[in-house]
Amino acid sequence: MSLTPTEWQIVGLSLKVALVAMAATLPVAFALAWMLARGRFPGKVVLDALVHLPLVLPPVVTGWLLLIAFGPHGPIGAMLQNWFGVGVLFRWTGAAIAAGVMALPLMVRAMRLSIEAVDRRLESAARTLGAGPWRVFGGITLPLSVPGILAGCVLGFARSIGEFGATITFVSNIPGETRTLPLAIYSALQLPDGDAEVLRLALVSVALSLGALIASELIARRGGRTLHVV
Amino acid sequence: MSFDIDVTKRLGDAQVGAAFVAGEGVTVLFGPSGAGKTSTLNMIAGLIRPDWGHVHVDGETLFDSGERIDVAVERRRIGYVFQEPRLFPHKRVRANLAYGRHDAGESFAFDDVIAFLGIGHLLDRWPRTLSGGEARRVAIGRALLANPRTLLLDEPLSSLDDARREEIMRAIEHIRDVFRLPVLMVTHDMAEAERLATRVVRV
Repeated sequence: MSLTPTEWQIVGLSLKVALVAMAATLPVAFALAWMLARGRFPGKVVLDALVHLPLVLPPVVTGWLLLIAFGPHGPIGAMLQNWFGVGVLFRWTGAAIAAGVMALPLMVRAMRLSIEAVDRRLESAARTLGAGPWRVFGGITLPLSVPGILAGCVLGFARSIGEFGATITFVSNIPGETRTLPLAIYSALQLPDGDAEVLRLALVSVALSLGALIASELIARRGGRTLHVV
Repeated sequence: MSFDIDVTKRLGDAQVGAAFVAGEGVTVLFGPSGAGKTSTLNMIAGLIRPDWGHVHVDGETLFDSGERIDVAVERRRIGYVFQEPRLFPHKRVRANLAYGRHDAGESFAFDDVIAFLGIGHLLDRWPRTLSGGEARRVAIGRALLANPRTLLLDEPLSSLDDARREEIMRAIEHIRDVFRLPVLMVTHDMAEAERLATRVVRV
């Protein structure tokens, strides 16, 4: 049982979309995680709720909101079109945006927990040794939160691979452009003789998701062991 | 005068702080638990901000509520050995020791410090593999190598067995007599205070 060239193309597209989604969401997720873990500002509860919204909102609603925002007349869509001449609608980049938005809450959660787990006493020790705030961040806080950041990335990647509802609403199901694994499985299910393809693509999905979850767990464990504080 | 300290801060219902003037040698802050000894060290180091008072160390004003001076922690050059070693878990002993080192103006040579503390054989170890006494000696070395003008020690002998306590006491005596670094030390143990102290301040 091997994949057809079209199926390989689907797997390749899914990996590309998920990797780009993860990489683009990483800085945003880290900034949000930092604000939620360390920040003290009015409206923190609201920000927290907004970040988690894609987790509980029907994905089709998220997709529709993206459609409005990134459409040719939407605020972000018009800006991208006028300034850079790019459109993301019905493009694989749009699929990456949808996947990134859906992965955001998971990534923020993992990163926030690891930032909160950093022992603040180590940071004050570093400051008494002459390190300014940026050096403390770069040399102490950031490396100590790396396991959570990596775990968040892997989870975000896995979530992106599986993204369906927001993607199909936002960028439709275009072969070769936005038809990622779940969308291809959905399409194959509509075909009378699509069973074999469904099985093959489903197995690939299971393997990728399982691999990501195991990787995330291993990273978390390894982190927990090395970073035991004395 | 090495220390000219007068600080107070409200923590909940209690008022903590201390006022004293001290010179060379080892000054022991002595008092029962909860008297605010550690808070006083934290105020001198700049980790907590006093409500009122002043911190003059080595002739320099580090904090003065009246003159609105509050020097940042990282610029105070006050070595601080906390009650728990607070070694950086992601750095080996060597990198922990080097964290605060400055190429310019190093008052104590690296080799001298590791020699008198007896930590030369630990340089490639991870902090989690150290015993309590070893970790504390590394923490003292790390503070000394950051070129401090004075050293704060918070209960440096607590939770150690007699042999380990003796090692740390010898190290403190070495800092006092050979390095001639002014030391401010917190303890609630009278025997320690009597052996090491040049003077005792009751809190």
